[in-house]
Amino acid sequence: MKSLGSIRRSFAPWNDPSARPYISFENVTKVFGDFTAVDKLSLDIYEREFFALLGGSGSGKSTLLRMLAGFDEPTSGRILLDGQDLRGIPPYKRPLNMMFQSYALFPHMTVEANIGFGLKQEGMPKADIDARVTEMLKLVKLEQFGKRKPHQLSGGQRQRVALARAVAKRPKVLLLDEPLGALDKKLREETQFELMDLQQSLGLTFIIVTHDQEEAMTMADRIAILDKGHLMQVATPAEIYEAPASRFVANFVGNVNMFEGTVAAREEASVRITGASGAQILVENAGDSAPGNTVAFAVRPEKIKVSSKRPDGVVNAMEGEIYDLAYLGDMTVYHVRLDDGQVVKASSLNSSRVADDQLTWNDRAWISFQPDAGVVLTQ
Amino acid sequence: MTEAAVSPYSARQGAPSFAARALQAVTSRLVVIVPYLWLLVFFLVPFLIVFKISLSQTAIAMPPYTPVLSFEDGISGFISQLSELNFDNYLWLADDPLYFNAYVSSVWIAGVSTFFALLVGYPVAYGMARAPASLRPTLLMLVILPFWTSFLIRVYAWMGILKPEGLLNQLLLNLGIIDTPLLIMNTHTAIFIGIVYSYLPFMILPLYSALEKMDYSLIEAAQDLGCPPISAFWKITFPLSLPGVIAGCMLVFIPAVGEFVIPDLLGGSQTLMIGKTLWNEFFANRDWPVSSAVAVILLLLLIVPIMIFQFSQARAQEQGR
Repeated sequence: MKSLGSIRRSFAPWNDPSARPYISFENVTKVFGDFTAVDKLSLDIYEREFFALLGGSGSGKSTLLRMLAGFDEPTSGRILLDGQDLRGIPPYKRPLNMMFQSYALFPHMTVEANIGFGLKQEGMPKADIDARVTEMLKLVKLEQFGKRKPHQLSGGQRQRVALARAVAKRPKVLLLDEPLGALDKKLREETQFELMDLQQSLGLTFIIVTHDQEEAMTMADRIAILDKGHLMQVATPAEIYEAPASRFVANFVGNVNMFEGTVAAREEASVRITGASGAQILVENAGDSAPGNTVAFAVRPEKIKVSSKRPDGVVNAMEGEIYDLAYLGDMTVYHVRLDDGQVVKASSLNSSRVADDQLTWNDRAWISFQPDAGVVLTQ
Repeated sequence: MTEAAVSPYSARQGAPSFAARALQAVTSRLVVIVPYLWLLVFFLVPFLIVFKISLSQTAIAMPPYTPVLSFEDGISGFISQLSELNFDNYLWLADDPLYFNAYVSSVWIAGVSTFFALLVGYPVAYGMARAPASLRPTLLMLVILPFWTSFLIRVYAWMGILKPEGLLNQLLLNLGIIDTPLLIMNTHTAIFIGIVYSYLPFMILPLYSALEKMDYSLIEAAQDLGCPPISAFWKITFPLSLPGVIAGCMLVFIPAVGEFVIPDLLGGSQTLMIGKTLWNEFFANRDWPVSSAVAVILLLLLIVPIMIFQFSQARAQEQGR
């Protein structure tokens, strides 16, 4: 596989063999009755990482977070925090705080009392609590709202109070359970960047649970994709998108086209794949596929070019008919039905105001892509 | 809520006719008027009759008091009746320490009973609210189930349990826990047991409804912030269930103050409670005016704390809870 070096970030302790993970799930299983929420899952998270657990409902992502917070104990396996086994330690003695999906603000307390609640539990002197609460209110820009009760605040303000309360104790790790789920789209986008800034300035480890892949892609250093209690892939957003490990991951994150077939021949990292109709494609990033394997070549829509004539000098080109198209302003999305029946999604950026190659419904068209436009998936 | 739900008339049908609108206004008023009418007829009018009687004097007659506000003897008779009206009966109540003691004793017995009902009812309501959702209707049913048997029969059943040769004493004697039977019957303890048992559902139901709608993630949040479970109960659960606690205590305390059957059957003759005093004045002494005065004072006694409570609630609401 080609290195994704150009998009690798400078912060990457997971690539450093000498780095010690801060949180480790070791072979963790959690069973509720006859339902296995988490199945023999192992995962390492590093200090100061912004880590996202991404999955659909029932994927086990919230269960992982709740086990870390101490509300559920693993059925088997162990969870280590900074080398210490967390088993048997009640939630109120764990050095991590959680921001709840429902915010769980105490309705009978003022904003100040909510934020100061954890500090009061610690037995911090009152003057210090007041100072810290003021600091937190400033951090989330709610200085004027300290005396209000939660029901007198808007959804966005409540979200900030919940955040301030969760970080007031300066926990080592902040757990966020769908923190932006209840906000509208615009506010959600703003808050994503604020959360990233906050994580940077406080130097905390953030673990966020979300079902929104865009949210995970925007904020996280690394993303763990979960399905039915299994870990499907852990990687940076770029790796997840450009080099998904399986058909599930490729389908889960963003749009993708799958060219299914059998490996006919392999030369170094490139393979020749024969599709069901007998057409062949020559592609790179072959992974560990071998001749005879049933594989899929996964290509993202924006890597596929649509043209009215067969482009010169391309290896992989197929002919079909424009079946559907959507003009979105910044780009146009084509659905091309190939002659073998497969519908391929392709998007092209409208870089000039008037396209020279006007394609419309029911036009004959060619789709083409480079051998390195996608990855070969065996799973 | 959709717009269609706000008004029965959709814009497509055009504006409703004047008649339809008037009818709607009347019906919506009617909904409010009916309960007020009910209260007026079945509470206020009888109360005024009782109040009227309390201002008259006993007489050997049918009914056994001097007529008040009747036009049988014409206008002059009406005026002379008015001049005879006085608060003698109320002064009489203040004079005789029996009544004062009966009131104090009633409030004390009701207060202690309410406290124990809360002590027993809270854990039950808490357990119900935390039970699996599928089990809750059954538990609720079990709380209400005793109402299907006559109240009187249940109190009599307690006599069978508590009397010296009753079930409880037999059980304890046979188990060798006690040597001589416990004397519970005809004591305050028996009254407490009777009131707590009889009024427990009225304590449990409002508590349950307050606890059931509480978001459990609040407790998790408190624990997450370093608060052990017991402390989380006192800082989060209990304050949030206060409306239920107050409603439950009111529902037990108010009827318990005027309770007659339980002290009469379980408390024996020496128990002093205002309900029994009232019964004695009315049936044994046939002194309707004094017993009416007793009833009016009892009502005032109970209405004042309710008004204070309502007032404080309304003010709290204004201040944004």
